[in-house]
Amino acid sequence: MSHKVIVPIGPYHPLQEEPEFFQLYVDGERVVDIDIIIGYNHRGIEQLAETKHFDQVAFLVERICGICSSSHPYAYVLAVEDILGGEREVVPERALYIRTIIDELQRLHSHLLWLGLAGHFIGYNTVWMWAWKYREPVLDCFEMITGNRQNYAMFKIGGVRRDIKDEDIPVLKKALDELVPAIEMFRGAVMDDPVIKMRLKEAGTLTKQQAIDWCVVGPTARASGINIDIRRDEPYGVTDRVNWSVIIENDGDVFAKTIVRILEMNESVHIIRQCLEKMPKGKIDADIKDVPPGEGIGRVEAPRGECFHYIRSDGTNRPVRLKIRAPSFMNVASDKVAAVGGTISDAALTLAAVDPCYCCTARLAVIDKPSNKKIMNGWDLVKLSQEKTEKLKQGLSDTGK
Amino acid sequence: MDIKDKIREKLGAKIINWQENSPRRIYFEVKKEDIFETAKFLFKDLGLRFSIASGMENPASLEILYHFSNDNTGEFYSVRVHIEDKKNPAIDSITPIFVGAEWIEREIWEMLGINFIGHPNLKRLLLAEDWPQGQYPLRHNHES
Repeated sequence: MSHKVIVPIGPYHPLQEEPEFFQLYVDGERVVDIDIIIGYNHRGIEQLAETKHFDQVAFLVERICGICSSSHPYAYVLAVEDILGGEREVVPERALYIRTIIDELQRLHSHLLWLGLAGHFIGYNTVWMWAWKYREPVLDCFEMITGNRQNYAMFKIGGVRRDIKDEDIPVLKKALDELVPAIEMFRGAVMDDPVIKMRLKEAGTLTKQQAIDWCVVGPTARASGINIDIRRDEPYGVTDRVNWSVIIENDGDVFAKTIVRILEMNESVHIIRQCLEKMPKGKIDADIKDVPPGEGIGRVEAPRGECFHYIRSDGTNRPVRLKIRAPSFMNVASDKVAAVGGTISDAALTLAAVDPCYCCTARLAVIDKPSNKKIMNGWDLVKLSQEKTEKLKQGLSDTGK
Repeated sequence: MDIKDKIREKLGAKIINWQENSPRRIYFEVKKEDIFETAKFLFKDLGLRFSIASGMENPASLEILYHFSNDNTGEFYSVRVHIEDKKNPAIDSITPIFVGAEWIEREIWEMLGINFIGHPNLKRLLLAEDWPQGQYPLRHNHES
């Protein structure tokens, strides 16, 4: 115990710049334990929702997260429509297609964002620049359709707020066409580059059994061989009317998580293209006036996994209770096993590999660093991680000589 | 035999009421003493995934819904439990069965004041350390 060193990461994550606090207990190079402290940005949104009427809550939950800003309102309207008899019963056809297009566009931009940060993190700044360069046209599409790059305000109970105009469709198609070679390039860059492979393979492994016990969701679960995807298991929008496949990897390490996300982008492009072809003309809003008493559950496959909303209505215009569970709530807890046993230079990468998103919870505070302990800050860890990549590169070129 | 029948057969009289709002939305209620056995059966024997638990306050009781997902069929099971004693509410923790319930039980404990008996690490998750003891933000009447 005496030579154990505590390494605090946070309250700002070195990668995501979001408020969370990891305390790593290290013995030499090895991580032996980890404390995860969240809550730095807790805004009491569940309680706040009880004071808003049903229509306003869609805007409120959209502000939970700035990256998956369509997942929360989508899950929320699904929960309310569950009380009304189900999405398919209530929402007009055309709106179903628009909902799926928005949801998949969001997955594209979110996965590209993560990929860029992961590249930066292991010292591949070119990957970072390129991923974010190709993310930009996706945001332009959002701006064109919804008027906003983030917080699209598209979802309302019984439909969507804005239509996709006919003249927007060729622009969307062109953006997708240009994205496909970029995704292929990233796939090649990650799978064929020996340094990236060495760096990401067997880092931060979450076994299948661990993934089950920690109840993780989304790409984190799929990279550990768990075959779940809400889009297929409980179809919403038109996810059961288009062809696409669920991407599964079995190794559970950071490499597998990266591959899952890159290949999922291809599927998203595929889904959007089919939606644009099949989308019928018609109404986009069912004009729902009242929500009857009852309880409903909405589930959406957010870029990070299952996003869950439970709502209870007593027949007034406000919810009695809204329970929200973002996917990171389950995934971040699993860092406890994924990071322990690994080296400290992999720790920050492992913690980032679940694509943590803490917007759901936290208050801002200054943490007193324990003055008698050896301190490394987040940037030191990024440097450590980048140095490890450099060493691997060096080692490879030495053996090549 | 599908999962619904297996649950009915195994739990039998322990199910107080059973309600299917739609083919994919199944709610059933058990006594709070039976939650450990129920959760263990759903998670370990039937292989359902624990999605989350929702805690809330009613006028006469505190209520927890444990949500389990059958990812093969899309069926979503919500196990309802009522805790009548609002002064000293307590229920068995299900974290010893699977660790994925650790955080949400901590959250319900700090937000609603429900004590989870047997929880290995019952401390605050989201609230500040200087938040006053005995004040539960999701209770409608804070002083009760």
